[in-house]
Amino acid sequence: MAEVKEHEVAIVPPKDHTPVIRSLDPTEFPTPTSRDEEFRFTPMSRLRNLQEGNVAATGSMAIAVNKVAGSTFEVAADKSGDRIGFTDKIAAGAWSQIESVSKLTIEANQNLTESVVVSIVGSDAVAYGQLDINVEKFASAVVIVDHIGAATYAGNIDINVADGGSVTVVSLQDWDTSALHLAQHRITLGRDASVKHVSVTLGGEVVRILPSVHYSAPGGQAELIGLYFAGAGQHAEHRLFVDHSEANCRSNVVYKGALDGEGAHTVWVGDVLIRANAVGTDTYEINRNLVLSGGGRADSVPNLEIETGEIVGAGHASTTGRFDDEQLFYLQSRGINEDEARRLVLRGFFEDLLGQIGVPEINERVRDSIEARLGGQI
Amino acid sequence: MSVLEIKGLTVQVTTEDGPKEILRGVDLTVKAGEIHALMGPNGSGKSTLAYAIAGHPKYTITGGQVTLDGQDVLEMSVDERARAGLFLAMQYPVEVPGVSISNFLRTSITAIRGEAPNLRHWIKELKESMAGLQIDPQFAERNVNEGFSGGERKRTEILQMELIHPKIAVLDETDSGLDVDALRVVSEGINRVCDKGETGVLLITHFTRILKYVKPDFVHVFYDGRIVREGGPELADDIEANGYAQFVTA
Repeated sequence: MAEVKEHEVAIVPPKDHTPVIRSLDPTEFPTPTSRDEEFRFTPMSRLRNLQEGNVAATGSMAIAVNKVAGSTFEVAADKSGDRIGFTDKIAAGAWSQIESVSKLTIEANQNLTESVVVSIVGSDAVAYGQLDINVEKFASAVVIVDHIGAATYAGNIDINVADGGSVTVVSLQDWDTSALHLAQHRITLGRDASVKHVSVTLGGEVVRILPSVHYSAPGGQAELIGLYFAGAGQHAEHRLFVDHSEANCRSNVVYKGALDGEGAHTVWVGDVLIRANAVGTDTYEINRNLVLSGGGRADSVPNLEIETGEIVGAGHASTTGRFDDEQLFYLQSRGINEDEARRLVLRGFFEDLLGQIGVPEINERVRDSIEARLGGQI
Repeated sequence: MSVLEIKGLTVQVTTEDGPKEILRGVDLTVKAGEIHALMGPNGSGKSTLAYAIAGHPKYTITGGQVTLDGQDVLEMSVDERARAGLFLAMQYPVEVPGVSISNFLRTSITAIRGEAPNLRHWIKELKESMAGLQIDPQFAERNVNEGFSGGERKRTEILQMELIHPKIAVLDETDSGLDVDALRVVSEGINRVCDKGETGVLLITHFTRILKYVKPDFVHVFYDGRIVREGGPELADDIEANGYAQFVTA
């Protein structure tokens, strides 16, 4: 890949990452605009007014979950109980609109051998949702949250991993091209708990996912992986925040994306904050983008803010490159036609990431979906 | 028997100072079963000839013709040329991250032969060719040229030539950067293909040392974008003894 730019371990001037407002009530937030830092890359005019936090639902998402021993799933009508406030009007708006919470629990000490698949299917309506994934002490599981269909959907996911628990959560955004999907994915890790959070964004007109990690005790480990593909006119945005507020925690972020076609826009923002008390922190984040054709735009902004020097390591990197003509020539000189050569290179670009995700059952699905979405252009 | 005919070929590249002519009228005929050595100093245009035959987009053909068994090669896309029977072993083979050698070769062979090879035969064929070139079988699962040494890249190029079994193979400085052992192994691979008598080879080289292992039928001296001298193997001995300077005054 021809590298257009490369940032290496540069420390940006400190800024306050702590959101000013945290609330479950959308009326406590001003309406966001593109002048706000958090929304500077977001196409506000294409959010179908969800940024107002008060658009009425016109339908709901169909949710189905397979039964896996060691897990329980319920739809609870009770919204009471402790819940930390959201950080923007959209997410709080979603909370205020829902009448029930979907709760998936992985029971204590259970090591699930089969993946739990939560399928969330849209039917072209405005809908809201809240999914809680609670991983109890010393439990482990793989959870796939599969978003498909057409929808205007604001749905948050809260992932709580208790002490010693371990979970892989794969959120697939394999929407129809008309979908709008806005979500906060909030992860809280207990002592020695670990999470692998994977966001795979392939479909949707506008998808904006905000994964965040909070450590409630020392020893937590977070791996955040993202794979995204934006075709013509698609906006795929991932804005991450890892809040190292406890000692001896680790985080590793790897996001890779490809863009193809006029108006394809990808955004990756990786904010990592290492607070003064978070000694022994080890963190690294990397974002790579591959621009397949002209007319697309990849924004990539790593931010690392370090308030203590007593850490194991901290770094970030970001590269954006164009399709390499020499690779194409090489493959074509071996008889492989141009379309297939491009597919091969694109597949290769994502292949190591599929290995890191480590959930083989999604591999073919993801590969096929990307190739199908390449359409006639490539 | 296949024949590659190059007549009056002129080629230019675009530079910062405008177009620059690199090839100034190349005439060359390579037939199946023949080994031609094309020798010349650095910057003489040898590699340009190789890339122009293969169809690299950087090179603009301004005149002349190239035919393979009477078919106009210059009208073909890069992949069409390969499927027609032309093969170029590159001097600097590129890395293709995430694409395994095994996947790459299977895709290539399927394209060249027009159908997917029988899996069992294919695995046997691949193993044998790799063994012949002393390539570790585990290489099949490594990504194309990623982290390969110079010698490993060149062996992999010759592996591809063996499997593809082209009508005409252009080997662009395949000997460069090889130690003596690797040179011998690579040369044996080239000879295995040549010995079948169905492939014509154009061996481009700066040095004569590979010609101790791969015996050319014809030697062409290339200078300033054209062939300035032609002869038999004895011409290589002359170059070995007296260098290129003797041809430069022409």
